[in-house]
Amino acid sequence: MIEVERLTKRFGRKVAVDQLSFQVRPGIVTGFLGPNGAGKSTTMRMMLDLDNPTSGSVRIDGRHYRELSEPLKYIGALLDAKAMHGGRSAYNNLLCLAQSNRIPRGRVDEVLDMVGLAAVAKKKSKGFSLGMGQRLGIASALLGDPEILMFDEPVNGLDPEGIHWIRNLMKALASEGRTIFVSSHLMSEMALTADHLIVIGQGRLLADTSMAAFIQENSRSYTRLRSPQWERLRDVLHQEGYTAVETAGGVLEIDGASTEELGELAARHQLVLHELSSQRASLEEAFMQMTAGSVEYHAHSERDPGAEPPPPPGAGWGENWNAPGSTDGKGA
Amino acid sequence: MASVPAVLTSEWTKIRSVSSTTWTLISAFVVTVAMGTALSALLNAQFNDLSEAEQATFDPTFVSFSGTVLGQLAMVVFGVLVVGTEYSSGMIRTSLAAVPQRATFLFGKITVAGALALIVGLLTSFVSFFLSQAVLGDRGTDLGAENVLRAVVGGGLYMGLIAIFSMGVAAMLRSSMLSLGILMPFFFLVSQILAAVPVAKTVARYFPDQAGSKIMQVVPDAMNSDPAPYGPWGGLGIMALWVVAAVLGGFLVLKNRDA
Repeated sequence: MIEVERLTKRFGRKVAVDQLSFQVRPGIVTGFLGPNGAGKSTTMRMMLDLDNPTSGSVRIDGRHYRELSEPLKYIGALLDAKAMHGGRSAYNNLLCLAQSNRIPRGRVDEVLDMVGLAAVAKKKSKGFSLGMGQRLGIASALLGDPEILMFDEPVNGLDPEGIHWIRNLMKALASEGRTIFVSSHLMSEMALTADHLIVIGQGRLLADTSMAAFIQENSRSYTRLRSPQWERLRDVLHQEGYTAVETAGGVLEIDGASTEELGELAARHQLVLHELSSQRASLEEAFMQMTAGSVEYHAHSERDPGAEPPPPPGAGWGENWNAPGSTDGKGA
Repeated sequence: MASVPAVLTSEWTKIRSVSSTTWTLISAFVVTVAMGTALSALLNAQFNDLSEAEQATFDPTFVSFSGTVLGQLAMVVFGVLVVGTEYSSGMIRTSLAAVPQRATFLFGKITVAGALALIVGLLTSFVSFFLSQAVLGDRGTDLGAENVLRAVVGGGLYMGLIAIFSMGVAAMLRSSMLSLGILMPFFFLVSQILAAVPVAKTVARYFPDQAGSKIMQVVPDAMNSDPAPYGPWGGLGIMALWVVAAVLGGFLVLKNRDA
């Protein structure tokens, strides 16, 4: 069990993580979701005591990370695939980590085998591809056979085969009863692997919910109808008490009605249908809606990322921006 | 707390498994020995061309360490790389996740790397001494002579301390390139030049290398050098204070900064 309590991190005036509280429960995969720059990596670094929180705390089974005497046996983490010495062989990179936590030497071979790097164990890790680097990072996380595993954006930059492998690995680890905490900025990825979801935006908690509940709340399902007689169809639907939303090209979208009842309705009125399909708004859309107000880096947008609430474009750049006695502190 | 022997074992694996360790330490040995022996041979051949004062204060022991001025640069590179590559490779985050007790981590690393530098330094010092004495022939001295053993052991300590000083600086600056960019010109040029400038030398003699190298002299004011306000051990003590300050500074940076 990891308990994050009122965790805050400021870099100068910018608040990266803001009063964040949540728990990572044992035995399930918890997804940690947020747009780029939401504070996921900073939070994970603070969980491992790499960054010092401005305030708040993280406890692992009731203890601070720094109080763990051999932490690799508690928590394995993949933060950055490049966090290894490139001039050292994969084997030696893992060996020095194993030795520092008194993990037997044989375990190094085991984890290298597990991630499929046994053949290149003696090769210098700087020659590794991104995928191989990611596998080496995962091998280092598995080294101490820990109960808790943390992965920061593990599928980033991987090919489909690598993504598939990591997904299955996480499921396998979770099925062994381990606690998995995995970050991503892709909702679709989370939907496939996570049981529980923690969503943050601009360092603040936006949602802390089970995956099932999130899907139920956020995935609007509707029926899509296309007909050459769409004006008549609309009137019929209206008479029968359905609310139909018109979209481009004579397409009607109806909430809360099954395809069966709508198909039979059309048949009763002898209306020709070109399409009758059940649609589901993607979780990606739900996620984007949830985080819309807190996306850190919009393309082609130049607003101050630290400003809160987000000012309209041009705010702060009015004609008085350089007026003497301006007290809003902008540009200080 | 992390097990100290486990951390030392781990740091030893790190040091022995990168090629930079081998080439920096071999360079330190080869450069110091070769240059010391060559200069000894040169001075021996041209002894009569030396000034009277230089002849009077001729110090065969100190002469055999003439290569230190260049060889120490390889020790600087060794010290900087041992700490600096943790940062440049990103390994520091992996290392600190494995050993979150930062004092244990840093002092463990410095203990292992410092001990290795010291052993190589002593080896370099003794080989330099014996080869140079062989070349100097009648003008040479031997280990049994007064203060000679102190100077030869001191030459090894000097090399070890230079490496540890560099580790401390690299831990403070958290970058190999920056540390080398400052330390190399400092030890090779700035310190040497300032030590020769009339007013500046009263300050320069308290620099770590200027003060520390006093330990390698047997004859007072060897080779007609300026008298210093401290003795051989006093000089090494001043250098040791610099080393302690650098390592402490490095520890405070590691302890307080985000990794």
